[in-house]
Amino acid sequence: MPAAANDVFRALADPTRRAIFEELSRQGEQTVHALTRHARVSQPAVSKHLTILKRAKLVKHRREGRETHYRAQPAALAPMVDWLDHYGAFWRDRFDRLEDVLKRME
Amino acid sequence: MTNAAESTQTLVVERVFPHPPEKLWRALTESSLLAQWMMTNDFEPEIGRKFRFQAQPAPNWNGVVDCEVLVVDPGKRLSYSWGVGGSESGLQWVVLWTLTPVESGTHVRMEQSGFRPDQQAAYKGANYGWQKFFNNLERVTGELQ
Repeated sequence: MPAAANDVFRALADPTRRAIFEELSRQGEQTVHALTRHARVSQPAVSKHLTILKRAKLVKHRREGRETHYRAQPAALAPMVDWLDHYGAFWRDRFDRLEDVLKRME
Repeated sequence: MTNAAESTQTLVVERVFPHPPEKLWRALTESSLLAQWMMTNDFEPEIGRKFRFQAQPAPNWNGVVDCEVLVVDPGKRLSYSWGVGGSESGLQWVVLWTLTPVESGTHVRMEQSGFRPDQQAAYKGANYGWQKFFNNLERVTGELQ
């Protein structure tokens, strides 16, 4: 089941999480350790961010020995794209209504 | 849909209306007129004014948009933040209306862009964070198309 658009937006509203997601998109699969070095925040903080990204289905993980490896799931951005499509339709509809209101105004 | 990265960083809708800018300004800023084409609201054209748009609730959305007036340049520019989801962790956007007189009336441009809550004060740089993000992701999101 795809994540809700809200989860995706919330997950990416944070600059650190965006950086982590970008890093995974760019470099492919990485361990929490490697991500921590890149993010310049503590490992518990990175793990917390990863949990939120996971909930939004933006990343997937697999365990190998004592390390957890994460990889980006760019297809999870789809609800975000859909949402913007929806807003496009929303504004065009409002413009039509604005046109009607202007006609009625003197 | 042309390009995911391009269309997600900023949403622009433009139209020329055969009416003068003054009339457009009224429709954009008089609460009762605004309600006729946007949504029920308690808008006032004062910078810093917090107001709400109330729409029909939908699945996953209570229909409330929390806004704050950012720019009031009579007859020319109007901007407000656009918050969905209530608390600070909700989704924040900026809506910017620009009116330009043209021969046949008024060119209206509506721009909705994403921005980080911590950049509210620096409105001009508001969508930088998202723009950079989507530019970086262009390659990745290409495969969604």
